[in-house]
Amino acid sequence: MSRFKELQKNLFGGQTSNARQFGMIFTLVAIVLLFQILTANRAGVGFGDGLTLRSDNLMALLQQNSYILILAVGMLMVIVAGHIDLSVGSVAAFTGILVAKSMAEWSFPWPVAILFGLAIGAAIGVWQGFWVAYVGVPAFIVTLAGMLLFRGANQFVGNAQTLPVPAGFQKIGGGYLPEVGPDTGYNNLTLLLGLAAIAAVIWRELQARRTRREMNADPAPLWVSIVRLAIMIAVLIFVTLRFAGGRVGTSFPISGLIMVVLVIAYAFYTRNTAGGRHIYAVGGNSRAAELSGVKLKRVNFFVMMNMSILASLAGMIYVARAGASGPQDGLNWELDAIAAVFIGGAAVAGGIGTISGSIVGGLVMAVLNNGLQLLGVGTDRVQIIKGLVLLLAVALDVYNKSQGRFSIIGSLMRPFRRDEPSVPATPSDASAPPAKTTVAG
Amino acid sequence: MTNAPILLEMRSITKEFPGVKALSDVNLVVKAGEIHAICGENGAGKSTLMKVLSGVYPYGTYAGDIIYQGEVVRYSDIRQSERAGIVIIHQELALIPDMSITENIFLGNEPRKRGAIDWTAAQRQALDLMARVGLTEDPDTLIKDIGVGKQQLVEIAKAFAKDVKLLILDEPTAALNEADSQHLLDLLRGFRERGITSIMISHKLNEIEAISDSITILRDGKTVETLDVKGDGVDEDRIVRGMVGRELSSRFPDHTPNIGEVFFEVRNWNVRHPISAERQVCKNESFTVRRGEIVGFAGLMGAGRTELAMSVFGRSYGAFESGQIFKDGKEIKLKSVADAIHHGLAYVSEDRKAIGLNLLDDIKTSTVAAKLSKITHHGVLDEAEEYQAAESYRKELRTKAPTVHEGVSKLSGGNQQKVVLAKWMFTDPDLLILDEPTRGIDVGAKYEIYGIIQRLAEQGKGVIVISSELPELIGLCDRIYTVFEGQITGELSREQANPETLMKQMTSTKKMQIR
Repeated sequence: MSRFKELQKNLFGGQTSNARQFGMIFTLVAIVLLFQILTANRAGVGFGDGLTLRSDNLMALLQQNSYILILAVGMLMVIVAGHIDLSVGSVAAFTGILVAKSMAEWSFPWPVAILFGLAIGAAIGVWQGFWVAYVGVPAFIVTLAGMLLFRGANQFVGNAQTLPVPAGFQKIGGGYLPEVGPDTGYNNLTLLLGLAAIAAVIWRELQARRTRREMNADPAPLWVSIVRLAIMIAVLIFVTLRFAGGRVGTSFPISGLIMVVLVIAYAFYTRNTAGGRHIYAVGGNSRAAELSGVKLKRVNFFVMMNMSILASLAGMIYVARAGASGPQDGLNWELDAIAAVFIGGAAVAGGIGTISGSIVGGLVMAVLNNGLQLLGVGTDRVQIIKGLVLLLAVALDVYNKSQGRFSIIGSLMRPFRRDEPSVPATPSDASAPPAKTTVAG
Repeated sequence: MTNAPILLEMRSITKEFPGVKALSDVNLVVKAGEIHAICGENGAGKSTLMKVLSGVYPYGTYAGDIIYQGEVVRYSDIRQSERAGIVIIHQELALIPDMSITENIFLGNEPRKRGAIDWTAAQRQALDLMARVGLTEDPDTLIKDIGVGKQQLVEIAKAFAKDVKLLILDEPTAALNEADSQHLLDLLRGFRERGITSIMISHKLNEIEAISDSITILRDGKTVETLDVKGDGVDEDRIVRGMVGRELSSRFPDHTPNIGEVFFEVRNWNVRHPISAERQVCKNESFTVRRGEIVGFAGLMGAGRTELAMSVFGRSYGAFESGQIFKDGKEIKLKSVADAIHHGLAYVSEDRKAIGLNLLDDIKTSTVAAKLSKITHHGVLDEAEEYQAAESYRKELRTKAPTVHEGVSKLSGGNQQKVVLAKWMFTDPDLLILDEPTRGIDVGAKYEIYGIIQRLAEQGKGVIVISSELPELIGLCDRIYTVFEGQITGELSREQANPETLMKQMTSTKKMQIR
C-alpha cells in the first residue's frame, strides 16, 4: 500500500463511499479557493481579502441556498427510494402564498402561520404519497401533475400577485442569531455554536474510534485522529469567526441554522436507524426488501410525504427572505435539488446516495453560482457552466465506476496507487449483473 | 470422431483483469461436429474463455492465439465472430419480451428489401428456422407469452438465422424443467448429426455425461484436462474429481437426524393467482413439519412449490383464499412478511439476485437486513453489533470474502447463497423454507450448503427444501412431499424415496399416500 493511499485511507476512511465524499469535499474546497483567488485578483487585493470568503458573502451564500439544501435532503431520500419529486418548487410556492395570505388576511400570528404551512405540506404529502405508494402511479407522473397543479393553485390563490409577509415571519429567512451577553466583538451565540460544533466533531471522532475497537478492527493511529481533528477544528474556527465577526447585526443566519439542524437529524436518520436503512433497501431491490419484512408502501408514502413537508418549509424560508410571496417563487427548484443530489453521488436507479454527499453537491453548485456572479458573469453563462458541471461530474463518476474505480477522487488519486489493484472486475462465471452505475437511466 | 478435423483451437489464452488473472495459459481444442463440454466450478473461467472467443473481450486484451477453421482470427467485437459463424447463447436470454418470435429471431439481422424490413421473407424464414429447432408456435406470438423452454429454442433459431457453425451454449438447461431439457439435448444431438459443432457450459454433470463427446475441465483459470468421453470411460465422479481437484467421498455430509414433534402445520391451503383470479395455484394443500426434520418438496417447474412457500410466508405471493397455519399447536395468522418473520419463519428465495439480496449492499448490511430490530437500541442501529453478527456468520458459514464490508455483488453464487442463509439465520427462525438452495452453485459449495442445512436441523429447527434436483432431495431430506399442478400428490419417507416413485407422483394428480 503506497504511503499516500494509506494516508488517504487513514484520514478519510478506507471505504469507497468515504473516498467518494472526500473527493466531493476536495472539489468543494478547490472551487472555494479558486474563486477566492479570482475575486481577489479582480479587485486587485491580496488573497485574504477576496470576496468569496468575506463574512457578508458567506452569510448571503447560506441564506440564498439554505432552502435548496433543505430540499436536497428530502430529495436524496426520494431518489434513494427510487423515485423523483418534480413538484417541490410548486409545493413551496403554493405553501408560501397560503401562509402569506393567512397572516395578511386571516391575521394568523406568524408562529401559527409556520405550523399552518407545515400542515399544508403534510396534506400535500399525503395526497402525493397516496398516489405513489398506494395506487402505484410512478412518482414522476404524480409529481409532474403536482408541479402543474400547485403552481396553478399558487397563482389562483394569489391572483398571480405578490403578497408581503410581516417582519416577525421574515426572521426565519432573513434573520440572524441575536446579540446576547457581553460585548466580545463577536456574535456570542455564533461563537457558542462554533464551540458546540467543535465539541461534536471531537466526540464523534472518539465515538468512531470506540466503534472500530468494538469491531475488533484497529482504530487508525492516534496521530491520524489528531491531524484529522486539527484540520476540521481549524476550518470550524475559521468559519465561526467569519460568521461571528461580520457587520454588527449580522451573524449566523437563522435559515442556515434550520438547515444545519435538519441535515444533522436526517443524516442520522438515514444512517443510523432502521427506518433509514429501509429506504435504501427499497431503492436497492424492492422485492428483496419486501421479502425481508420491509413495509414497502409505508416507506414510499413516508419519503413522498416528507419531501412535501420539507418543500413547504423551504417555501416559507424563501418567502420570509424575499419579504413577500409571489407567483414565480420556487421556479426550477426541483432541478437544483435534483442536481445537488446527483452531483453528491446518488444513483438514478435508487439505493445509493448520502445526505452529506447531497449537501456537498448542493454547496458545490451554490459556490459556483455565487463565485461566478461575484466575477460578474451573467446568468446566461452561469447556467451554461452549471449544466456542464452537472453533466461532467456525473459522467466522470460513471466512467470511473465502469473502469472499476471509484469517483472523481479515484482518478485524481490514481497515479499514487501503483501497488494496490483496484477492485477487480469480477471475472467469475456467476456473471453478476453489472452493479448500478451512478447514473444508469 | 477422433479423426475429425479440428474446427477451433485456442492456444495458451491468458486474460487478466486488474489484480486478477482470470485465465492463465488455457488451451481448448474443439473438433468439427462434436459436442464439447466445458466444466468447472464457478469462477473457473468458463464464461471468460467464451467471451474471449466471441470477441466480447477484443483481440489485444488477451494473450494467446485463436485458430478457427485453420486460420488465426482476431475478433474485435461480437459481430465479427458471428459473421464467422460463432454464436453464443447466454444463460440470461437476450430476447425482448414484448416482441414477437419473428422479430426476435431477426433482431439486428433483419432481412431487407430496398432498405425496408421485408416482413414477408422474415415470416417465411422464421417458420423454417422454428421447424429446425422443433418449435411449434405462431411466429407472431410475443416472447413473454411462451415458456422459458420455448424461449431457449427461439434463441437457438436466432443463432441459425446467423448461419451458425459453432454454437456455444452457456448453461442452456439451468432454467429448464426435465422435459424441456430433454428436448434441448435431443436437439443438440440432431445438430451433431447435421455437422454443427457445439460447445456447452453446464453444471449438470449427468447431462454432460449423456451428451458430450469430449470435456475440457477448467479450474482456477487453468486447463486441468481434456477427456474423451467414450475413450476414457468418463462418469460424473470422474468429472467432479477434475473440477474440485480432489475426490469427493460423498455428495452429502454425515448427518444423524434427530426428529421431534410436529410443530408446524398447514391445513387446506388455497391460493389463487394474483392477477387471473380464476387460476387456483394452491389447491387444498396440507403438510406438516417436525422439529429437526428436513422436509423436501419435489415437483416440476410450475407445479406451484414456490407459490405455496411464498403464500405461506406472509402471503408474499398470490391472493389468499382459505387455509390455516398452526405453530406449536396454536393457529397463527401470517398476513405480512413481518408477521411471518415475527413467528419464526424464514424464506430463502430461489432467485437470490432478483429477490433475495440487495446487490448494492455489503455483506454486513445484508446479513442483518431481515431483523434490524435485533441490533437497534432506542431506535439507533448499533454498527458494532452489526459487524460482529455478520462476522460470526461469515466465519461459521465459511463465506469466502476478505471482510464483511465486501459488496455482495462481488461474491460468487455459492457465497451469495451463504450470505442469504446468514441473513435468515440471523432472524432466529424455527422454520426455514429454502427454495432451490443450491441452484447455480458449484459442487464444493453445494456440499457446504448441505452441511449448513443439516446443522440447522440438528439445532431443532424445521427445514423445508424445495428442489428440482431429485438426487439432492433424496440425499438430504427425511421426508418428501410431491407437488403437481398445485396439489400435494404424495408423501414419501427417506427410505421410500427414489427417483422413479418421485417422478411418477410429480407428474400425476393421483394421490398416493404411502405411509
